Amino acid sequence: MSLGAMLRCFYGILWRELLRFLHQYTRFVAALVRPLIWLFVFAAGFRSVLGVSIVPPYQTYILYDEYVIPGLVAMILLFNGMQGSLSMVYDRELGSMRVLLTSPMPRWFLLICKLLSSTLLSLAQVYVFLLIAWLYGIKLPPMGYLQVLPALLISGMMLGGLGLLLSSMIKQLENFAGVMNFIIFPMFFTSSALYPLWKVEEASPILRDICGFNPFTYAVELVRFALYGQFESMSALVVTACTIVFVAGAIIAYDPSKGIITRVRAGAPA
Amino acid sequence: MAAKESSAALSSMGVVFQQRAIDPDLTARQNLSYHAALHGLPGRVARARIAAELERTSLVKEADRKIRTLSGGESRRIEIARALLHNPKLLLCDEATVGLDVRSRANIMSDVRGLVRDRGVAVLWATHLIDEVEPDDFVIILHRGKVQRQGRAAEIAGTEGLNDAFRRVTEAAA
Repeated sequence: MSLGAMLRCFYGILWRELLRFLHQYTRFVAALVRPLIWLFVFAAGFRSVLGVSIVPPYQTYILYDEYVIPGLVAMILLFNGMQGSLSMVYDRELGSMRVLLTSPMPRWFLLICKLLSSTLLSLAQVYVFLLIAWLYGIKLPPMGYLQVLPALLISGMMLGGLGLLLSSMIKQLENFAGVMNFIIFPMFFTSSALYPLWKVEEASPILRDICGFNPFTYAVELVRFALYGQFESMSALVVTACTIVFVAGAIIAYDPSKGIITRVRAGAPA
Repeated sequence: MAAKESSAALSSMGVVFQQRAIDPDLTARQNLSYHAALHGLPGRVARARIAAELERTSLVKEADRKIRTLSGGESRRIEIARALLHNPKLLLCDEATVGLDVRSRANIMSDVRGLVRDRGVAVLWATHLIDEVEPDDFVIILHRGKVQRQGRAAEIAGTEGLNDAFRRVTEAAA
């Protein structure tokens, strides 16, 4: 397959994701409402309770509203990544997945196109959220809005890769509630999205250790530092490694000769 | 199968699935464009082939309607048109007429036979509906994953008719 044909294939997948996204604009609103409620209600309430001391990347005391922004940005990426998993299960039930897999393009390429497309749509939502936050009065360093782009892309790919891997294990749409309870919420709450890790450690060293094992923590920190024009190498390393593991796992899972997808289908009720 | 062989096989084959496999929220044209992109067809080529297929299937007026607003027969014809966009040598149809009314079935059969006659496309037509078979068709009777008989439909049917011949062959293999 020529490079041109592969680019056209990527464009086609991206275009379809965009069309579906536009058709389901309520999904877009819902994806924004969630972090905005956290920002306008939760963060407003906690502003007076939680003080955030001067820890990198911050060079001065900041309000809790500002602290929580990277966590909420990562929350959008997390929910969209998992939404991608739901979309894959939906595509499988609808038959669109079969159409995708009749393409002569390599299967790994198709999965990466799908992943990249949904990540790019997530980035659009992140920037709308950052714009609303800016209008609300949370103004981050202007260059940070641009410098955070690679961090958003790799974090989105990591969380989307995880969603893709999970989608290969979910038999039916109904099982998606389990993903909410056992993946999304634990990942979000056992991270530095809502509280700094030193605060978590004060409360519970064990919980701090759990947060340290959670790849989502590193995505949040990567985004946080990038928003202030700084590069956090440990977070970048963990996020990149996890992205490779999750995406490779999904590619293997979706390979009919090796993958678990075949076993899932075989075990699924008729 | 090596990746290159797999890719070549998929390039030369169009598939129509037994269960509907088309996005109901996209229009017919959008579904066709998506398939063309999956095969890496350049934009101009894709647009020309989509227009030709819509013309051939007499679905030009329905091109910009969402699939969910089309009848079962119309959406099936779009699926067949879609499977032909990349000019495959082989069209694989898995029980493509299941669940359709008599008229839609007749339209699809006539459409597919026209493809064989006019474009030289080889069609592998999996079906349980024996009335869809014509005497000159090459038939393979499969039972429990094994080939039980193959040959021209007229030869297999003999004097007893294809229905009875099919029943006899499959019962003998049971």
